[in-house]
Amino acid sequence: MKNQAHSSPVKEFWEQFLQNRLAVLGLVIVIGLVIVAIFAPFFAPQDPTLQSLPDKRTKPGGKFILGADEFGRDILSRLIYGTRVALLVGILSVAIALVLGMVLGTVSGFFGGVVDNLIMRSLDILLAFPYLLLAIAVVSAIGPGVLNTTIAVGIWATPGFARIIRASVITIKKADYVLAAKALGASSTRIILSHVTPNFISPVIVYSTLYMANAILVEAALSFLGLGVQPPTPSWGLMVSSGRDFLLSAPHIATLPGIAIMTTVLGFNLLGDGLRDSLDPRLRNV
Amino acid sequence: MLKFIFKRLLLAIPTILGVIFIVMLTIELVPGDPVELMLGEHATKEAVHNVRTALGLDKPLLTRYFLYLKNLARGDMGRSIRENRAVAKEISDVWPATLELTFAAMVIATLIGVTVGIISAVRPNSFFDNMNRILSLFGLSMPVFWTGLVLIVIFSYWLRYLPIGGTGSLRHLILPAFTLSLPSIAMISRMTRSSLLEVLKEDYVRTARAKGLSEKTVILRHALKNALIPIVTLSGLQMGQLMGGAILTETVFAWPGLGRLMVRAIFARDYILLQGAVLIFALAFVMINLIVDISYSFLDPRVSYQ
Repeated sequence: MKNQAHSSPVKEFWEQFLQNRLAVLGLVIVIGLVIVAIFAPFFAPQDPTLQSLPDKRTKPGGKFILGADEFGRDILSRLIYGTRVALLVGILSVAIALVLGMVLGTVSGFFGGVVDNLIMRSLDILLAFPYLLLAIAVVSAIGPGVLNTTIAVGIWATPGFARIIRASVITIKKADYVLAAKALGASSTRIILSHVTPNFISPVIVYSTLYMANAILVEAALSFLGLGVQPPTPSWGLMVSSGRDFLLSAPHIATLPGIAIMTTVLGFNLLGDGLRDSLDPRLRNV
Repeated sequence: MLKFIFKRLLLAIPTILGVIFIVMLTIELVPGDPVELMLGEHATKEAVHNVRTALGLDKPLLTRYFLYLKNLARGDMGRSIRENRAVAKEISDVWPATLELTFAAMVIATLIGVTVGIISAVRPNSFFDNMNRILSLFGLSMPVFWTGLVLIVIFSYWLRYLPIGGTGSLRHLILPAFTLSLPSIAMISRMTRSSLLEVLKEDYVRTARAKGLSEKTVILRHALKNALIPIVTLSGLQMGQLMGGAILTETVFAWPGLGRLMVRAIFARDYILLQGAVLIFALAFVMINLIVDISYSFLDPRVSYQ
C-alpha cells in the first residue's frame, strides 16, 4: 500500500520497461547511435571523404581498423558519419509524417462524415502503392539528395500515421470528458488540442519508433538504388551499393555498412516493441 | 456472396482511378521541363516541341488524365522515349519474371512462416519459440539488398552451389526468392503465432480437446482454420512488401523483371516507361488486396453479412 502511494504512471512505465531485457538492449543501441551521430567528428579517425588511392580496398586491421573502400576512404569513419545521415533522414521523415498524419488523422477522426471519407479515401490511394514504390516514384520525380529522400520517405509514411491517429481520435471523442468539454461550450480547436491530442501520445510514440526502423530501411534502399543520398555523402545504403563490384576481392566494403543498417533497425524495432508492451498492454502480441 | 464481391469490385474503381492520377501527377513534380530532361542537353527546340506535343504535355493535367485513361482502356500506355517501343509491350516482356520471383517468395514465406508460427504457438516460450522470436527480429531488420549480397558471397562464391544471378533454371530462382521472402517469413510466423495463441484460448478448442480429439486435429482442423483471417490479411499486405522488395532483389541478382526495368527507366529519365511500370505494380497490388478481401467471405461466412 505504501508503495502504491508513491507510484506514478511514469515510474510504473519504467519498472515495466526495465524488466524487458530486449527493450533495454534496443534503448542502449539507440542511445549509442545518437551519441555516435552527435559526436561523429570526435569518434571518426579520419575525414570520411578523404581519398587515398594507394590504400584502396585495404583489408580491415592496421591503419584502417575496418579497412578502406574503393577510393581508399576509411570505412569506420564513413560508417560513423553515416549514422548522422541515417538518423537525420529517419527523424525528419518521421517528423514530416507525424505532422501531416496528425493534421489529417485528427481532422478526419474528429469531424467524420464527408471530410473523413474524402481524406481517408485519398490516403487509401497512397496505400495502394506497394512498399517502397511510392517513395521511389516521389524521389524519381523530385530528384535525389538528402532533403528529397527525406521528403519521399515522409510522404510514404504519412498514411500509416494518419490512420492510427484517426482510430485513436474516434475512440477518444466519445469519451465522457470530451462530451463534457463540448457541453461546456469549448471550441473544436480547444477540444482537439487540450483533450484529444494528449490521449493519443502513447500509440504515436510506439508507432514513431517502429517507423524510424522502416524509414531507415527505405532510405538505405533508395540510396542503394542510386536514387537517394548521393556520393560523396556517406550513406550506408550507398556504401553497400559501391561495394557490390568487389564482393569477391573485398567483401568487407559491402558487408560492414549492412551490419550498421541491421543493428540500427534492430535497435529501433526492439525499442518500439518494448515501448508498445509497457505503454499499451492492449497492443501486446500484435 | 455475389453481392459482396460485386460491392468490393465497385469500391476498387475509385482507388484505381486515384492511383492512375497520382502516377500522372509525379511527372508534374519534376523540377524544370520533363521533356528537356528526357531528351538531354543536346536536343533541338523543335525535337522538344515535337515530343511535348506527342506526349500531350502541352495540354492541361486533367485533359491529359482522361486521354491517358482512354488510351489505357485500349491497352495503350504510350511509347518509351529511349527505345521508342510500346510501353505495354516492354512491360509484358518482363512482367512474368517479376511474377515468378514474387510468387516463389510468397510460397516460401507462407510455407515456412506458417509452419514455424504453428510450432511456436504450440510450445510458447520454448527454446524453439525464443529462437524464432530472435531470428524474426533479424529477418525484419536486415535490408533485403544486403542479405542478397551476403547470400551471393556464401552460396555462389564460397560454396559455388548456386549461380550469382540471371535467370534460366530453378537454381537461378532459389537465392533471389529466398532473399526476398526473409522479412515476410518473419512477419507471417509472428502473426501465425499470436493469432493461433488467441484462438487456442477459445471455448471450442477446449471442447474439441475434451471430446478426445488428437492434439494434431485440434490444432490443424479446429484452431488454425479460425486463426487464418489475420494470416491471410497479412499475406496480402506482404505481397506489397514483396513487390517493393522485388525492385531491390532484381537489382542485386540481375533478374530481368519489372523492378529492374523501372530503375533503368528512372536513370534514363524515361517518365513514360516509368509511369507504366509504377502503374502496373500498383494495379497488381490493388487486385491482390481485392482478392484477399473476397477470400474473407470464403474463410469466414460472417464477413459477407457486414
